[in-house]
Order: sequence, then structure tokens, then C-alpha cells
Amino acid sequence: MSDLLANLYLGFGVALSLKNLGLCFVGCMVGTLIGVLPGVGPIATIAMLLPITFGIDPTGALIMLAGIYYGAQYGGSTTSILVNIPGEATSVVTCLDGHQMARQGRAGVALGIAAIGSFFAGCVSTIFIAAIGVPLSKVAQLFGPAEYFSLMVMGLVFATVLARGSVLKAICMILLGLLFATVGTDLVTGQERLTLGIQDLSDGIDFAPMAMGMFGFAEIIKNLENVETRDVVQQKIGRLMPNLEEYKQSAWPIIRGTVVGGILGILPGNGAVLGPFASYTLEKKLAKDPSRFGKGAIEGVAGPESANNAGAQTAFIPLLTLGIPPNAVMALMVGAMTIHGIVPGPQVMTKNPELFWGMVASMWVGNAMLVIINLPLIGMWVSLLKVPYRLMFPAIGIFCCIGIYSINNSVNDVVSTAAFSIFGYALVKFGFEPAPMLLGFVLGKLMEEKLRQAMILSRGSFMTFVERPLSAALLAVALIMLIVAVLPSIRAKRDVVFVED
Amino acid sequence: MISEKKRDIYAGALVVLLGIGTALIGQRYQVGTLTKMGPGYFPVALGFLLTFLGCLIGVAALAGKSVVETSGGAHHGGFAEKFDWRGWVCIVGSVVAFMVLAEFVGLLAATFCCVFIACWGDKTANVKSSFLLAAGITFFGVLLFSYVLHVQIPIVRGL
Repeated sequence: MSDLLANLYLGFGVALSLKNLGLCFVGCMVGTLIGVLPGVGPIATIAMLLPITFGIDPTGALIMLAGIYYGAQYGGSTTSILVNIPGEATSVVTCLDGHQMARQGRAGVALGIAAIGSFFAGCVSTIFIAAIGVPLSKVAQLFGPAEYFSLMVMGLVFATVLARGSVLKAICMILLGLLFATVGTDLVTGQERLTLGIQDLSDGIDFAPMAMGMFGFAEIIKNLENVETRDVVQQKIGRLMPNLEEYKQSAWPIIRGTVVGGILGILPGNGAVLGPFASYTLEKKLAKDPSRFGKGAIEGVAGPESANNAGAQTAFIPLLTLGIPPNAVMALMVGAMTIHGIVPGPQVMTKNPELFWGMVASMWVGNAMLVIINLPLIGMWVSLLKVPYRLMFPAIGIFCCIGIYSINNSVNDVVSTAAFSIFGYALVKFGFEPAPMLLGFVLGKLMEEKLRQAMILSRGSFMTFVERPLSAALLAVALIMLIVAVLPSIRAKRDVVFVED
Repeated sequence: MISEKKRDIYAGALVVLLGIGTALIGQRYQVGTLTKMGPGYFPVALGFLLTFLGCLIGVAALAGKSVVETSGGAHHGGFAEKFDWRGWVCIVGSVVAFMVLAEFVGLLAATFCCVFIACWGDKTANVKSSFLLAAGITFFGVLLFSYVLHVQIPIVRGL
């Protein structure tokens, strides 16, 4: 316990320094600014804003990126409530009751309770991360190469199961990501692989242009295609603070949502995505009058929003303790860490305690900041929502171009961004969801390395993965998930969860 | 107009192509043994896996059963049918224009042309509004990037 306090003290010392506070603030602001744009989810937002963090020291950069992430999440909720366009799967549920509340002139209360619920969830999960971080990273140190490999396989399987669309295609995307990761110089022998004779590829495929091209630009093109029907709420926003009655109604949903979302968020694969759905279903089941849901029930906003935020935060746990990103957003974080020369994993906590605890503390700071900056500024976001997309996207495009250029001050990165945006767009056209690819890409190098090590240790026997109990257990879980996912009855349910709108 | 079935057949073919290509190129590197894996092992293994999965996607699509397709249809439904080149060409074109002009002419021209071309991705674009928007963004963009953030692209090269 005293350790925990000492660690948090260290963390807050880092996070509350003037510079880091400033970075967190800028991150939250810019993140909300982009995230509030209809149809732009956290992945696209972070991909677009990645370059602006490159000039900063690693701790500051990660604090800022985390701020961008929360901001984007938060902005997504605002858009869901006011415009009924979810930026990503996790805010779909918020649309249901949140937008109805807005139509009844209670937009302010919906936004307010979403902010309060998120803040509560953020506080709880920050403490949770701090408490569970140390023991979990100790467990991680027991892992040998075989266990690590199996753990990654499990994570990737979860990611395919929880991805939208076809399971087969999601697996293809992961393999493709792994394949892209092998491009460049082989770590063991120094031989150049799959470079197709292109000099620039000998260092491997750069993360930032890929992320920006496949998620940033591809997103812009995708949005251009969908004819816009924006349903910005015309009613007054109304008071922001819920009254006592509304607090009473929301208190338990917020607590339950936090627990549900927090637990699901730790799961490898994109567990966080299930949180809001689980919470909404739970509240509807527990409610005395379930028919109120879908017609502006405040519990339907409070619960899922808390679950959303709790999951968004506990998703950091596998990344920070095991070095394994559970979803595409965390994969972007890995990319950013690697660019700053930090290898994510259990060693971060011991080698860079300021970075680890500073980041944990900054999560709380970021959450507090979002409440403070967002509720008073709600008018600004509303007017931003009224700016037509045709005025927005050229500006976003040029900022992305300059951002990518400024990473290395070279046009080569812009070339690869353009190439990846074509590739990403083609993938979407063929019905592939590109997010799992990112996960495969950041895990690729590590996975190959662990596979090779495990094979050397076992003298070339694949049996090592099933003979070692921990590794066997992880693979078994992965196998069960995969079988369950292709069973028709479960598939039907999964479809319900991922159907948009 | 591409049907979902055709789309999946093409998708499978694309994956098979990628897989075979990788496996072939991978042969050039040392594959090694299980105990001592060479640089080629992982890529070749991935190549074979991709080929296999690509075949599965194609076969499932041909069989017409929804073995592979779960919610993909719901999500990408309207997507497969319309093939809108406009947004795509304009956005990629704007990036290419930025690239060329930033390298040879300078930030001012690059920003202006990038925005101006991108504007045409929207169906309602016209010369006047595109020009105004491009001019506005260029003005503020150059101020922000050159004077505030000190991006390393000269406003006009050769001056």
C-alpha cells in the first residue's frame, strides 16, 4: 500500500509538472477537436496527430498521446449525443438514449452525466491500474519465449474475434500486419528481407506514414463517399448539471458500468468494445421499466459512458505490463513508444518509473481536465459540429501532409503515406477491416523473435507450446474463442453487437 | 457495381496473390531449420498461411454460403456497390501535389494546391469556394507552420 502511494506520488510529481500539464491539456483539446468531427474515431484521430508528438521527450509525448486518446473518446461521445453519428463502435450505444435526450432538450444533462460518469470511471481505473500494474508485471517476468508467443497468439485471436466483419478476413489482416513487420533488416542475421530492392525499406516500414495513410487519409476518403445527413440537434443544450433525481438514477449505473467496462477492458483483443454494450444490456435488464430505454433514459447514457471510459483506460494494462497492445489504439501507442526508443513491456516500470507512473497519473489528470475544459466549452463544439465537412477535410488533409513531412523532413514519408492510403482504401473496398493489421504490425517483430527463441530452447520442437502448462492454457483459450466465434448462434449475437447505427 | 460474392472472390484472389508472392520471394532468403530458423522462415510461413486463407475466402464466396461473412455485409453493405473514384482521386492527388510542390516550389504553393485539389473531392465543389478555402487555409497554415512551428519547408524555394 505504501508502495502504491509512493509510486502515485512519483507519478503525480511528473504529471503535474507545468510542461506535462500543458502537454496533457493540448492533447485533450486537440483530441477533442478532431474527435468531435462526425465519423472520425480515436484511431484516425491518433493516427493524424501522431507527428505532433515526435519533437517532445518520451514521457511528455505519451502523456500528450494519452490526452489525445481521451479527448477523442470524449469528443466521440459528444458527437453521438448531439449528432447521432458514432465515431467508433464504443459510442454506438450512447447514441441510443443520448440522442433521444438531446431531442427532448436535455442534451446538456446527457453530456453532463456522460462527463461525470467518465470522470468517476477514470478515477477508479487509474487506481486499479496503479494497484494491479506491479503484480502483473511480476507475472510477466515469469514468461519465457514460448509463453510470450502463445500470449500474443491469444491476443491476436481475440482481436479477430472481436473485429467487425468476417473472422477469416480479420485473420488475413493480422497475418498481413505480421508480414509487413518482417520487411526490412532481419534482426538476427542482418539480411534485408522483402524490400523489393527499395533502399528506403531496408529499415522496415515506417509506422507513422502507414498509420496516417491507412487510417487518417482512408478515413477522409471514406467520409467523402458517404453522403452526409447530419442531424445536429436544434434544441437548446439546456443546463449541464444533472439534478438530484438524475444523480440518484445514474449513481448505480455509473458504478456498475465502471466495473463491467474495466474488467472487459483488460481482456486482450478489443475487449473494451464490449463494455458499453454489456453495460447497456445490464441496465436495461435491471431497470424497473425497461421500455424507457431508447427513449432518453439517463441510465442508458450514464452506464455505457462510464463503461466506455473505464475500458479505454484499463486497456492500457496489458500494454504497460506485458507489452502487448490489446487493440488498434494501443498499437498506435506502441508505435509511438517505439519511435521514442522505448520497448513496451514489464521492464518499462523498473527502467523508466517516471514514464510509467507519470503516465498513470496523467490519466487521472487528463480525465479531470476533460471535465473542466469540455463542459464550459460545449457551445464551441456545437458550433464546430455545424461547420460542413467540405470545409473541414481539405484542412485536415494539409495538416496531415505537413505533419508527415516534418517527421523526417523528407517527401519519402509523404510518398509512403499516399501509397498506404491507396492500399488502405482498397482493403476497405474488398471488405477488409484494417484495424487488426495494425495490431499484427506492431507485434510482428516481437512474435518472430519469441518464436525463434522458443524454437532454439526446445531444439526445434513445436510441442514446447503445448508442453508448457501456461502456454498450453493460453493457446487453449485462444482456440476456444476461435471455435466459439464461428459457431452460428454466437455469430448471430456478435453481429448484433457490431451492426452500426 | 460489384456484388458481395464477386468482391469476396477478388479479395480471396488478392490474398492468395500476396501469399504466393511472399512465399516465392521468401525462398531467396535462408529458410533454415526449426532449431535454427533463418531469416526466410517467418515470411515463407506467413506466405503459405495467407495463400491458404485466401483460398478459403474465395471458396466460401463461391459456395455462396455465409461461412465467412458475418456482419461484414451489414457494415460494408452500401460500400461494395458504389465505387466512388472522385474523393479517392482528389485526396491522393492532393497528397501527390503537396509532395512535388513542397520539394521543388515551396510551402506556399504546396499548401494552396493541396487544399485546392482536395476540395474537388466534394461533389458540390466549385472554383470560387475552393479558391477561397484554399487561400484561407494557406494564409493561416503558412503563418502557423512557418512562423509558429518552424516547419522545415521554405515558403518559397530558391529565395
